Amino acid sequence: MTEKITIGKSQLTLLEKLCNASGVSGDEGEVRKIILEEVKPYADEVRVDTLGSVLVTKKSASKKALRVMVDAHMDEVGFMLVADDGEGIYRFELVGGLDVRQLVGKAVLVGKDKTPGVIGARPIHLTTPEERQRKIPLDQLRIDIGPGGKAKPGDRAVFATRFKRVGPSIFAKAIDNRVGCAILVDLIKTAPAHIDLCLSFSVQEEIGLRGAKVAANYFKPDLAIAIDSTPANDLPHHAGDENIFYNTKLGLGPALYTFDAGTLSDPRLVRFLAETGEGEKIPFQYRQPGGGGTDAGSIHRQQAGIPSASVSVPGRYAHTSTLVMRVDDWKNTLALVSAALQRITPDLLAKDRP
Amino acid sequence: MELTPFLKSLLSTSGLSAYETPAAKIIEEAWKPLVDEIQYSKIGSLEALKKGSAAKAPKIMLAAHMDAIGMMVTQNIDGFLRVTGVGGVDARVLPGTPVTVHASGGGKTEELPGIVVQPPARLLPASMGDNPIPMDHLFIETGLLPKDVAAKVRVGDLVSYATEPTELAGEALAGHTLDNRASVAVVTVALDELKKKTHAWDVWAVATVQEEVSLGGAFTSAHGLRPDLAVAIDVTFAKGPGTNDWQTFPFGKGPTLGFGPNLHPFLFKQFEELAKKLEIPYQTEVIPRHSGTDAYATQVSAEGIPTMVIGIPLRYMHTAVEVVALKDIQRAGRLLAEFIAALEIDFVEKIVWED
Repeated sequence: MTEKITIGKSQLTLLEKLCNASGVSGDEGEVRKIILEEVKPYADEVRVDTLGSVLVTKKSASKKALRVMVDAHMDEVGFMLVADDGEGIYRFELVGGLDVRQLVGKAVLVGKDKTPGVIGARPIHLTTPEERQRKIPLDQLRIDIGPGGKAKPGDRAVFATRFKRVGPSIFAKAIDNRVGCAILVDLIKTAPAHIDLCLSFSVQEEIGLRGAKVAANYFKPDLAIAIDSTPANDLPHHAGDENIFYNTKLGLGPALYTFDAGTLSDPRLVRFLAETGEGEKIPFQYRQPGGGGTDAGSIHRQQAGIPSASVSVPGRYAHTSTLVMRVDDWKNTLALVSAALQRITPDLLAKDRP
Repeated sequence: MELTPFLKSLLSTSGLSAYETPAAKIIEEAWKPLVDEIQYSKIGSLEALKKGSAAKAPKIMLAAHMDAIGMMVTQNIDGFLRVTGVGGVDARVLPGTPVTVHASGGGKTEELPGIVVQPPARLLPASMGDNPIPMDHLFIETGLLPKDVAAKVRVGDLVSYATEPTELAGEALAGHTLDNRASVAVVTVALDELKKKTHAWDVWAVATVQEEVSLGGAFTSAHGLRPDLAVAIDVTFAKGPGTNDWQTFPFGKGPTLGFGPNLHPFLFKQFEELAKKLEIPYQTEVIPRHSGTDAYATQVSAEGIPTMVIGIPLRYMHTAVEVVALKDIQRAGRLLAEFIAALEIDFVEKIVWED
């Protein structure tokens, strides 16, 4: 049976490194470097494809093993500097979906040198009450790195948040989806012998699920599981009503997707994952159907079709300077997917879709 | 003195209006070697005296407020904290801001890391749309389980900004509460310069309290100390993105000298002439009415005190990422020290209205 899964110091250190790394969609190099170092000792094949995704294979002992692809995206949402206004002030654009209300008054790091900068705002004293009712549009925001600072259009910028362990939780930027990457690194270390394990550390998920599409065409797997971070909207309703739009909740374990904006998960896979959770006594929850998406959205449509499902670690405040997740949810997600990989057999796909 | 380390340590310490003690202690440590006496006013302002050489020395008071804006816990809902602002806090700049919750519930105050968070749209009134969410609908997330938040946090607990002070290019410093710790640094630089000078006048350096809420520290210290002259040092608006009108001043090109009904025009003239003589770059800041600083209080304390204001241009005031030019702090400190050193015993008699 499966060994008891824990989250220890080395995994926390790896996640800290991954979350603190800068890897805006299209510029994932710093994350790629960390991943390559972690997986090389365990992999049979490692390649970096034309978009920069890291594709890792651990082959089975047997010849006609089930090919299982597991995917996690390396990229994070962030910014690209687009114009130099002079005196260290730059206009910037968004890479990936961000709420502009989350940007004002935040510290950022610009470029490979991680030059510190700030996204400032017109002081409250100089605003009118009417002005304060409206959000500051993106075209009025600027990144300020100080007079004489050297940055250039094309440089990317990320929030300057540093990873922090806080009681049962982790505060960090880019938990979406560095936690998925950390889980994949653990999976390759415990890859079961009876499957071909194909791990895709994909690029450019946040701007169109693009890396995963190409990775799926390379691997041509029999099935795929995408691991991501999904919003936990489990905050109080403003009027004290029951929150019926929670999506997922922190502390209830990995979230199984049935339906999001991009994918109807293969029902056989969903049922298999649920049965694994029940059998191994690993807590899990169902993500509320509708909205959002993962790399499964592009994977399942590749080749002649690839049965796919997604499993995510719940996280609050996605696409902001600081996400919050529970260490236990990370542990249980790793446990569930590990156990599923141990138990999975070709019989799973021999059944008909219901 | 080492300006940057002092300022950084001061910026990393909380000191909300009426709860300034942690910041006061750091300032006291820095001022001790520079002054002769230190005392605290009845409401907590730090008042430090550097004696002048004259027998019956007149007094000049330098006022730089040490209190910071922040928030206070109003409610705990399932482990999420509602807050209200202390001082002028713009809710638009809050979502995603790191904070410290000073949790008093467990006996000894515990500093809990937190984040200001904006709830998802569907948990907010539909009418809010994608407009900025007002403070009373934001929360503080502590990462702790609800039962632990209930045990540790009390209504009324303080919440201060927790952004780390960061050095930017061009000798600029970014952080929260540069309003007004940058001015406390100016006074510190002035005291440091005065060590090497002789001056006839007594200098009262006052790190005032509660400026952001009521100018309470300035009123009470001015009344208690009865100085003959008062100079308030506070931050003013630097030009920057979206901030370019007549109330704004070039960043890093020198402190501002205030001109208007709140300040004595004779003092403005003295400072202007001195700045020109010393070749210290400066800007004239015209202030039609209320200067928005401790000067508004000192001018009308007791029987009235001739008052001047020196401004330090600052970008992004009242956000957690204010930016100041360290050079401007040095320049303002030097200007003050030179002004004080040049003060003759009978200076006050020379203050006349040239009508």
